Amino acid sequence: MNTPLLQLDGINKSFGPIDVLHDISLTVQRGEILCLLGDNGAGKSTLIRILSGVHKPSSGEMRMHGKAVAFDTPRDASDHGIATVHQFGGTFPLMSIGRSFFVGAEPTKPWGPFEVFDRRKANEIAVREMRQLGITRIDDGNRLVGGLSGGERQALAIARAVHFGASVLILDEPTAALGVKEAAHVLRIILQARKKGVAVIFITHNVVHALTVGDHFAVLIRGAKAADFRKGEKTREEITDLMAGGEAMAELEAEIESYMSSHDGHPPQPA
Amino acid sequence: MNTTTMSAPAPAASTPAPVVAPTISLGTLFRRPETGSFIGLVSVFAFFAVFGGQTFLSASGAASWLNVAAELGIIALPVGLLMIAGHLDLSVGSVVPASSMTVAIVSGHYGLPMPVGIAAALGLGLAIGFLNGYLVVRTDLPSFVVTLATLFAVAGLTLGLSVIVAGSTSVALKADPITKTIFGDFIDGKFEVILLWWIAAMLVVGFILGRTKYGNWILALGGDKVSARNAGIPTDRLNLALYMGSGLCASFVGMCQAILYNSAQVSAGQSFIFNSIIAVVIGGVILTGGYGSVIGIVLGTMTFSIVNQGIYYTGFDANWASLIIGVLLLAAVLLNNTFRSMALTHASPRAKGKTAK
Repeated sequence: MNTPLLQLDGINKSFGPIDVLHDISLTVQRGEILCLLGDNGAGKSTLIRILSGVHKPSSGEMRMHGKAVAFDTPRDASDHGIATVHQFGGTFPLMSIGRSFFVGAEPTKPWGPFEVFDRRKANEIAVREMRQLGITRIDDGNRLVGGLSGGERQALAIARAVHFGASVLILDEPTAALGVKEAAHVLRIILQARKKGVAVIFITHNVVHALTVGDHFAVLIRGAKAADFRKGEKTREEITDLMAGGEAMAELEAEIESYMSSHDGHPPQPA
Repeated sequence: MNTTTMSAPAPAASTPAPVVAPTISLGTLFRRPETGSFIGLVSVFAFFAVFGGQTFLSASGAASWLNVAAELGIIALPVGLLMIAGHLDLSVGSVVPASSMTVAIVSGHYGLPMPVGIAAALGLGLAIGFLNGYLVVRTDLPSFVVTLATLFAVAGLTLGLSVIVAGSTSVALKADPITKTIFGDFIDGKFEVILLWWIAAMLVVGFILGRTKYGNWILALGGDKVSARNAGIPTDRLNLALYMGSGLCASFVGMCQAILYNSAQVSAGQSFIFNSIIAVVIGGVILTGGYGSVIGIVLGTMTFSIVNQGIYYTGFDANWASLIIGVLLLAAVLLNNTFRSMALTHASPRAKGKTAK
């Protein structure tokens, strides 16, 4: 049995008197996609922040390759190979692709007595890495990030993380703001990243997207892990029910049913 | 599919001066941050060439706006870097007279050697810059407020201390010939020597922003402070350095003025506060940071100075200059916005041509 790449053991987090996460245990394997599902406010964001070093857990243990780790800063987490890509990907819309790809890790070359930024190399690598993830439209690293589509920006951010040796890639709702086609593209990129041996933690509330790429699923409800299952063990309906806490959906269905029975079988008219 | 668009991936160490590729295509030009300011400069120059006539176009006409541009430009460059990094520095308006008074009091009033006075003036600029940077980093207050506070505090200190120390708000300074030649003389009787310092500042700041990793850091800091910090950029130290840079440059201009005019006044320099911001904004830098270029700042400075001085060569009342600057500022910002959105959507035909090969 391999030691898991990343393991959470009984993670709790509270802000003052408010318990946000309760006894979360998860394992993530190399080359595997873990889908973290949950409704808004279920604690997904807090869990990401703990994983990426923004918050520290109140109690519990994180292990990487079997060894206990603690992150004081986001920098710590990224030094351990954990990269987080946020919903809109690149956050420097007015920087060129090559420049933003290497922010904080600029390639340099000697120029007389100076070390100068090697823009050509930066552009070349950025474009090549994006191509490897299947973005072929981009051929000029001098283009501004803001000119890319949402999916391309995600690809840029993922390519960047993979290039700098991320072993765990946390994707925070990467498909939430995208159209259908673009979302499909991003899902394909996630599969590409997995192929490179990266462990992916894919946060979403879109069950279809999760089922398309996920190997392993965890559902959070009000800060606690409600389910933890592998691909094929649950249907889409079961997962949706779980995420909504079951009740909300059931309530809605009951409401519609009672309306229909009192209105000769007509469903409610849209307002 | 060809993944190697450029054929030589090996670092070419043999070429010592890899100048920016001189490609001329409409797409590439329109994507540059300074396109709008270049159009602004050309139209303003054309306007005054028509209405100002031969005297505006003569060497003395050129000198009159270039001298103004040089003093403003040396301050606008580091202020521009700060604005690209997402900050403002209003305190330059009192660093200029403060350093002017410092060199005049140290070397004029007390008669110490010029280098001592110069070092004191520049040291003062660095210290005020450090204070600005430290306060901005530590308090996380908007830099507008912090530097507005230091602007007034330093102005008050300058006035108060000058009266106590020198007993006057104006101090005479007699610089030795060498210092005079280096910092405060005229070339050909018309062009201030500070023009050469401006060119030097352009090269240094242009090199930093365009060719070093620090330039990338500045753009990233202005683009998104939190992401920049998470990417490992020492944002606090970068802020300190940028503020010290603008303090140094503002004190340099103040010192040069004192040497040029052989005296220092307490109340010279307030005009630099807004003029530097106007020059930088006309130059295509956006106020929220993250975008801009040194060429743009230089063009913006020249545009501003042409309007400021060119008006005297026309038949118009000089009071109209401010109106023109106001209109110009608005037009320039709108133009720059247009070009920026073009930059965001326009694919480079140059790169397309390359892959097609």
